[in-house]
Amino acid sequence: MTVVAGIDMGVQNIKVVLLRDGEILSHGLAPSGFEPEKAARQALQEALEKARISLSDIKHVAATGVGVELAPMVNSKVSIVSADAMAAVYLFPSARTVIDVGAEESRVIRCDGKGNVLDFALNERCAAGAGAFLEAMARALEVRLEEMGELSLKAKGTASISATCVIFGESDVVSLIHKQEPKYEIARAIYDALAERIASMIHRVGLEPDVMLVGGVARDVGFTTALKRKLETEILIPKYPELAGALGAALCAMERVGGSRR
Amino acid sequence: MSGKGVEYWRWSEYRLTVPNVKLEKAKVITAGIDVGSVSSKAVVMVNGEIYAVAVMRTGSSSPDSAKKVLDWALEGTGLKPSDINYIVGTGYGRVNVPMANSTLTEIACHARGANYIWGPTVRTILDVGGQDIKAIKCDEKGRVLSFLMNDKCAAGTGRGMEVLADLLKIPIEEMGAASLKVDEEPDPVSCTCVAFARTEAISLLRRGWSKEKVLASYMRAMAIRMCHLLERVGCEKDLVITGGQSKNIGIVSRVEEITGLKTLPPPNWRENGRDPMAAGAIGAALFAKALYEKNQNKA
Amino acid sequence: MIVYYGYADGSGEYYIVVDSEKCNGCGECIKNCPQNALEITIMMVDLEEQQVASVKEEHRKKIKYTCAPCKPEQKTPPCVMSCKPKAITCIWKRV
Repeated sequence: MTVVAGIDMGVQNIKVVLLRDGEILSHGLAPSGFEPEKAARQALQEALEKARISLSDIKHVAATGVGVELAPMVNSKVSIVSADAMAAVYLFPSARTVIDVGAEESRVIRCDGKGNVLDFALNERCAAGAGAFLEAMARALEVRLEEMGELSLKAKGTASISATCVIFGESDVVSLIHKQEPKYEIARAIYDALAERIASMIHRVGLEPDVMLVGGVARDVGFTTALKRKLETEILIPKYPELAGALGAALCAMERVGGSRR
Repeated sequence: MSGKGVEYWRWSEYRLTVPNVKLEKAKVITAGIDVGSVSSKAVVMVNGEIYAVAVMRTGSSSPDSAKKVLDWALEGTGLKPSDINYIVGTGYGRVNVPMANSTLTEIACHARGANYIWGPTVRTILDVGGQDIKAIKCDEKGRVLSFLMNDKCAAGTGRGMEVLADLLKIPIEEMGAASLKVDEEPDPVSCTCVAFARTEAISLLRRGWSKEKVLASYMRAMAIRMCHLLERVGCEKDLVITGGQSKNIGIVSRVEEITGLKTLPPPNWRENGRDPMAAGAIGAALFAKALYEKNQNKA
Repeated sequence: MIVYYGYADGSGEYYIVVDSEKCNGCGECIKNCPQNALEITIMMVDLEEQQVASVKEEHRKKIKYTCAPCKPEQKTPPCVMSCKPKAITCIWKRV
């Protein structure tokens, strides 16, 4: 019995996935806050408790994510791009284009059937193409982010906002509110803007079906609807999209202790 | 509060007639009308000298704003729009100045106007607007040699400044002075992205940084971005700064320090009409004279 | 006049640069752009109208992604290659 762990040191949340003999055993999550290392231990503890095993049972810990340098108890590191690709084909063997929208960074990855990375594009150091865009817009619109998705589904798409910058987008939202545009239309405009940004990124690597979406933002029905509309294709979304990075790191850990990928 | 129609540094609407310019000696009367997203400007020239200026807020209709600002400039002069030999329109986006004989790009007009305002030594113009930054390189005649506009990213724009003013609850006109009240200039914030810089500013405040120190750090990063754009077109003396940020001493002093160039101060425009804010309209009025004379020569 | 089409943001600087003095309006760059991002515009330079190549308005603020398939960070893009008078150049810098 071989247990391995993958830790994804995300900007907002640390995610942990435990694998036993190649099957998902348990997972944990903790907000990164100001002490990501502490949060990582917390998330790991949660996963261990759920699995009813102890730290000493883990043969190998691999870490990934934006904050990977801060990961504790690490045996090896994996790039987030590689982790995403491995997790993608594990969950959906037909996945060939993986979109990962994180809190502050986004990636689009083209992979083969074995989860090898063929090409990728990053959106970094600019809040416009990541989850931060939605958070800022929700604040400007004065709705809760958790409710903005459902709200946007009512809209026909009569409004549009700047897609290239969070700050200009916020101004646009305020302008639209002054012009008495209904909130649900503005909400849709927000998701359309983010979807447009992501679609431009995909252009960089080319879209090959099947397309898969991971990352916390994949839970947002407003975004998934807007993205499907923009790409004009079906999108595969796993049950726990935010765990993809940690799962991929764990799969990598398994390879490194001599196991093979499923 | 924010969005289109917000002025980042307070300015007042006004009109003026320049004394000592004799209408009777007029051979050519021209006008330039610049309709921007926030303000509209009209400049009337007699023989290529500024005679009348008007600056007002742009309304919801561009053609209306163009007509209103021209009428206001002519108020009290005895002139009618039909007395003007040639009108050039300019401004933001799809320019709609119905009474114009020609339309020119705002860049060409801006550079020409800066050359008129400050003289033939001007070579580099940094124009910082509410939602964009322009870097213009020109020659001794005010002809544009090189031009770059950034309206994709808020870093360095008036809107980007407003974000910090809101966060720190400091009136926008006081940000500049406040940012200079530091014993030692701190490092710039590590993120040029205003959205991330905002988050970084919050964590700096939590760490016990004073508002002034946070402002200094942020302004430094913004000034670095502006200077980067200037470097692209080639930053040469003399350098002038136009647009809302020209009144932000926190930015002006840092740009001067980073480029190693002293910026030329704005002239006494209340007397002679050479208002940097009207640079586009001034340039347009000058082009109007040149085009009128060109047409006369053809005839 | 040298015009820089593109932008700088947190991730880097991306420009397609056109020099109107060298550009003869031949349109080769437009034909060779796989993204259809270029066009000929009428520019007033020194009170004379001139036909010059430029980047289409809708691409200027996302040029990083429009040009990305040509991989300008690795090789010379086709627009630049095809320009005989060397009027069009490319600046691509990741931070």
